[in-house]
Amino acid sequence: MSFLHLLIVFPIFAVAIIPIIAKAVPRLHLGWAILAVPIFLFISFITFVPQISANETIAAAISWIPALDLHFAVYLDGLSLIFALLITGVGSLVVFYSIYYLSKERESLPHFYSYLMLFMGAMLGVVLTDNLMVLYLFWELTSVSSFLLIAFWYRRRKSQYGAQKSFLITVGGGIAMLMGFIMLQVMSGTTSIQEIISMRNSIQDHELFIPALVLILLGAFTKSAQFPFHIWLPDAMEAPTPVSAYLHSATMVKAGLFLVARFTPVFGGEATWFWLVSGVGIFTMFWGALFAMKQKDLKALLAYSTISQLGLIMSLFGLGSAALNGGADTDSVVYTTAIFVGLFHLVNHSTFKGALFMIVGIIDHGVGTRDIRKLGGLITLMPITFTLAVISSFSMAGMPPFNGFLSKEMFFTATLTATELSIFNMDTLGVVFPGLALIGSIFTFTYSTILVFRTFTGNYQREKLEKEPHEASIGLLISPIILCSLVVLLFFFPNQLSRFLLAPAMNGILPSYAGAEDFIPHIYAWHGFNTELFMTLGVVAGGFLLFKKYNLWKEVYDLFPSRISLDNGYRQILSISESTSNRFTNFYMTGFLRHYLFYIYAFLITVVGGTLFITGSFVLNTANDAPIGIYEALLVIIMGSAAVSILFTKSRMTATLLNGVLGYCIAIFFVLFRAPDLALTQLVVETVTTVLFLLCFYHLPEWSKEDRNLKVRIPKIIISASTGALTVLIALSVQGNRLFESISSYFEESYELAGGRNIVNTILGDFRALDTMLEVVVLFIAGIGVYTLIKVKAQDGGDSDERK
Amino acid sequence: MRENDTRENDVILQTVSKIAVFIILTFGMYLFLSGHHNPGGGFIGGLTLASAVILLYITFDLETVNKGIPIDFKMVAAAGVLLSTLSGLGALLFGANFLSQSFAYFDLPLLGETELTTVVLFESGVALGVVGVVVTILINISEDV
Repeated sequence: MSFLHLLIVFPIFAVAIIPIIAKAVPRLHLGWAILAVPIFLFISFITFVPQISANETIAAAISWIPALDLHFAVYLDGLSLIFALLITGVGSLVVFYSIYYLSKERESLPHFYSYLMLFMGAMLGVVLTDNLMVLYLFWELTSVSSFLLIAFWYRRRKSQYGAQKSFLITVGGGIAMLMGFIMLQVMSGTTSIQEIISMRNSIQDHELFIPALVLILLGAFTKSAQFPFHIWLPDAMEAPTPVSAYLHSATMVKAGLFLVARFTPVFGGEATWFWLVSGVGIFTMFWGALFAMKQKDLKALLAYSTISQLGLIMSLFGLGSAALNGGADTDSVVYTTAIFVGLFHLVNHSTFKGALFMIVGIIDHGVGTRDIRKLGGLITLMPITFTLAVISSFSMAGMPPFNGFLSKEMFFTATLTATELSIFNMDTLGVVFPGLALIGSIFTFTYSTILVFRTFTGNYQREKLEKEPHEASIGLLISPIILCSLVVLLFFFPNQLSRFLLAPAMNGILPSYAGAEDFIPHIYAWHGFNTELFMTLGVVAGGFLLFKKYNLWKEVYDLFPSRISLDNGYRQILSISESTSNRFTNFYMTGFLRHYLFYIYAFLITVVGGTLFITGSFVLNTANDAPIGIYEALLVIIMGSAAVSILFTKSRMTATLLNGVLGYCIAIFFVLFRAPDLALTQLVVETVTTVLFLLCFYHLPEWSKEDRNLKVRIPKIIISASTGALTVLIALSVQGNRLFESISSYFEESYELAGGRNIVNTILGDFRALDTMLEVVVLFIAGIGVYTLIKVKAQDGGDSDERK
Repeated sequence: MRENDTRENDVILQTVSKIAVFIILTFGMYLFLSGHHNPGGGFIGGLTLASAVILLYITFDLETVNKGIPIDFKMVAAAGVLLSTLSGLGALLFGANFLSQSFAYFDLPLLGETELTTVVLFESGVALGVVGVVVTILINISEDV
């Protein structure tokens, strides 16, 4: 267990002590105690920076289930470190912010911080693990914790809707990704990502290569809210604002980008990969920006803007992957710049978007609304918030002197360079990229100005606000101030970031280029009067025009009727699948127990009996059988008469007791065949079952002569007789077929191997302990099932329809 | 398990049960502990202990027993499952696989050379789980009456 392992599980273990702290120190705001966790993690990850920037990587593994190639393997390189620092750094700021945002009196803080820590651990797991299956596990865990956090105010209908929607979409994509992972494992024979990367050339021509690529991308696109899966993100804004700032802008939605970057060395250079990633990305950038301008709710505006920005980074990763086509050479090194810019913008986006969400939270907190139609003129009332909003919005719009300017200019460069590609038909279609990039950026400028000027300038309308506006307390302001100073700092010192974090990450994503000239570009704020600068000037002019003349062109949105929107499609699919599965279930769930038994036994007879019959496995071989003794013959006679008598009894009590006779006789059989453990178990189980039966009588209707007509009885007779016959035949055939040597001699050494002389128990407790453990778990689940079925009745007047 | 108003004359059952319960409990503990070398073990031991508790519930009514044994058997079941699962994690700390058991011989005062094994922890989890689940199911079905 390495230090990295401990760092991943640390926040998850912190969840365990949250309730204890909450009970022990009820007067403390839980956030103060929790704050220690992300800060400690952040500092720990900082200590890795010197090692990583020297282009070292750190790997460690704990074997988990070696037979399935499952190892809790961790791998830290530049890419994981960027994400780990974002997760813990933004995490610290968000926890600090939440201390002032969430009231101790009104909110259930133990829940909130438990979910948040669970998410932090899961997200660290996603970015630090090297094992596909473990990655999938943590991936879904982030979806689960996101679900819990969106539904934090779980009584609100919209929260429920948003949580369900995000869960269905991201987990659906996750399952597709799992299938892709399994295909990768089939192709490469390993679950280690680094090993798969080194096997890139040998798996590239496999027929599963493209399907695996598409399925993994589905996972990345759903998580990173790419078109057409972006629809969950605006609804996820029902979460408390610190959650939106953390999960839905800075970290979780970037997991898809991480996945794409991680798998670029495997799939990069493939035309499908290039077009899917860059095409979906650039279109998402355009689409998100288009709809961001339309939003009236500040958080919804930020949600669409996040979609757009994620699309921008996605498209950069796609464009950069072209450099891997046909191997690395000095000519194509220029295309790798796109990936570099993607990473750079990813960091920048986390800083300014995190700050923006916190600022909107402050406005919401201080004024009581986020509707831009009601806001206006807050500049004099909230001057600090206004300054912060200007810094972060104009960084988002790509203006100097903020970090967004640098990455936006380089984004233009990357799209322009991409048009010079001679592969993938880019010489003809390539012009789409700079075109959409320019239009998307104009829209971005427009919604950034809307965000600032509609909120802070214009007419102050006190009567529409719920609270008296005032500047936020210093506690709420510290986190966005830190993020905004990063926005400015990164503008002046971008190359420090590049040297310590981005360069090692680039070496990890494109190992074949490591050390090449111009591979790590120097970032300049000023590079002369070139196309990029003119594009930026065009963005400012166009964006400002759109902002001023909003009323003239807003009819554009009427071109997208709400009846055929993607949201509506999602709702349609949901209701259709619900009604179809309802109809199907009602078709066979008749409510009669005898029908269910009929299905079960008919299935058993057809499948098991059919297989045995077709393969000719019914063999009766009595040569090896021991002679039948007098006790055995007697027992069989007793059991036979008891079994037949059940059919003719008049009362339930008698039937149960006769059934008990069968059970006890089996126990005696175990004694005869020297299996004392089984005999004991059988005796006790039989006793307890009989008591259970007697208890259940109370709930059963009168034992009446049921419908005796032949139509009902003949199928019953056939089913019961053939089930009995099948069981006997299987038992006999097992004796008749000896396919391999018995393995029982292994367990005879139980005393040496497990220190116990009772073979049965050493098997249960040692050799096959996992089986036993899971059996206990199943038993427990069954117990809970009985308990809930009986105890937890529907509230308000006993309506037991669970589909409410 | 019966209603107070329909109390029958069951002096014999009650008297016998009072003694029998202790015999069954002792037997259950014996089965649990002897399971390593002789017939017995966590599952059977647990079932036997559970049947002793069930006998109490059958003989006396729910309220009386609940007063005498104020244990929430749901918690017992949960604790058992947790114990058997967590006991497997201990092996990870020593670099062994999940659920690996180990044993050694110790020279204990009074007992002489004794074998101590980690499987006891696992089996106690199993036993507690079985007791908890079986008693929970029976109590709930009978309470519903």
